[in-house]
Amino acid sequence: MTTPTDLLATEPRAKRPTRRTSVTLTAGAVLTGLVALLALVSLLWLPYGPDDTSGGRLAGPGDGHLLGTDKLGRDLFTQLMTGSRIAFGAGLGSVAVAALIGVTLGVLAAFAQGWLDDTLSAFLDILIAFPTLLLAMLVVAARSATLGSAVLAIGLAQSAVVARLVRILVKRVLTQDYITAARTSGTSWPRTVAGHVLPNIWPTLVVNLALQFGLAVLAEAGLSYLGLGAPPPNASWGRMLQEAQATFTTAPAGALAPGVLLVLLVIGVNLIADGLRDVLDPAGRGRRS
Amino acid sequence: MTLLDVSGLTVRAAGGRALVTDLSFTVDSGERLGLIGESGSGKSLTTLAVLGLLPEGMTVTGSAVLAGTQVVGAPEKRLTALRGRDAAVVFQEPLTALDPLMRVGRQIAGPLARRTGLKGRALRDATYEALDRVRLPEPGRVARAFPHEISGGQRQRVALAAALACEPALLIADEPTTALDVSVQAEMLDLIDTLVREREMAVLFVSHDLAVVAKVTDRVLVMKDGRAVEEGAVRDIVGAPREAYTRDLVASARALESALDLRSAP
Repeated sequence: MTTPTDLLATEPRAKRPTRRTSVTLTAGAVLTGLVALLALVSLLWLPYGPDDTSGGRLAGPGDGHLLGTDKLGRDLFTQLMTGSRIAFGAGLGSVAVAALIGVTLGVLAAFAQGWLDDTLSAFLDILIAFPTLLLAMLVVAARSATLGSAVLAIGLAQSAVVARLVRILVKRVLTQDYITAARTSGTSWPRTVAGHVLPNIWPTLVVNLALQFGLAVLAEAGLSYLGLGAPPPNASWGRMLQEAQATFTTAPAGALAPGVLLVLLVIGVNLIADGLRDVLDPAGRGRRS
Repeated sequence: MTLLDVSGLTVRAAGGRALVTDLSFTVDSGERLGLIGESGSGKSLTTLAVLGLLPEGMTVTGSAVLAGTQVVGAPEKRLTALRGRDAAVVFQEPLTALDPLMRVGRQIAGPLARRTGLKGRALRDATYEALDRVRLPEPGRVARAFPHEISGGQRQRVALAAALACEPALLIADEPTTALDVSVQAEMLDLIDTLVREREMAVLFVSHDLAVVAKVTDRVLVMKDGRAVEEGAVRDIVGAPREAYTRDLVASARALESALDLRSAP
């Protein structure tokens, strides 16, 4: 006679639901990984000091400078590397702010009823309609032009989008039978949300957060281009683009390099988002056995 | 002792239309009451109202006293304490009643831990035992499966195990066999019958199928359009239905059975 415990001892490890690998996910991970690697290496080693102007102004590629130098004589590749750090910081920071505020507000809005629900929804709609740039300028005016201000502004703007999505997702999950079933067995609301609601909105939410990451990187570059992001001498890609603008015809590398990396990173995270959608989609995962 | 005392229960939709009207019945502890009627007659709403779980917008009036607690108008906190302990539910469709993204074992361990306070290894063993008790083979494998990885009959056993894990005084079974294959239905009924008898649990068995209700319960309440039409012992209702609607129910159940008899006759 086998008891339950015997079965556990003899059985091989639990079979996980088949994780479908996705080409899109892999491609996205490779692209993003390359830029991430650049950012990680920059923490340990840089070809030149960030303020080292020994290379001479606007030197061409080669001759000890992989991509040449900018108009102050600083190494472009070094700036690209520190810039990748800022790009990731901006992306992760904004998404963290957006997720924290957005999920909290979204869950509250989903449970709100009557006038409170209407008020919250109207507030979110206004926040979404409000231009991110204007919001960023307000935050910068209230604080100062730092990377933190930019991240806060982008995160706030994105939290409205996340909150609206979370509200709809939670409302839909709350009508499901398994929520009623959990409630009938005496599960309290906080436990129901943590144990059943959040896990069930997670697949859709994480895809959206990946997309928001890409948008945040672009937004930060835009703000830095306007001088509202990380202040000099931090080499944000946006500011590199702005600085290279005047000398684009004579030294195109200064504008092309950050531009290309920006595009690669954003494409990379968008591919990851697409791939995650394929892999995590509960409809595709279930019903197949 | 009266476990559930419903009197004058009325449920209205958001527009004010009455879905259940002036319904009264009682369930004594250890007693099994069948709630029978066609779909839309308000059976399921009654079970949800008894636990204070009606969908948003619906309003309840009247009284539903479960284990000494008035459910109608009770604050959420008191209801949460009541649910599971005094009454637990097995729903019609086990695929949607189980969380699709949570392993089966955890869905049973949750209520089990809340009732017993067990943790870790002891909790896992108790979970396997709960699965074993509803006659699921290989509890270890089933516990680690997701709901979509097991069959419909197995899912309903899991749902039953989750409800029984609460050790409720009253088990509410809302059409628990309707979504199952006919071949599995009889097994499921037997299982509910046995487990409930062992525990001397009271049962509120909701179904549209008179034959199914007759098998599990002692007493039947017939509902039509949100009202109680007739109430009595199963034998009396089947043997001598008084109301026209009940006669229809009995006649159609008999017609089905006699069709089977004719076919199997040599």
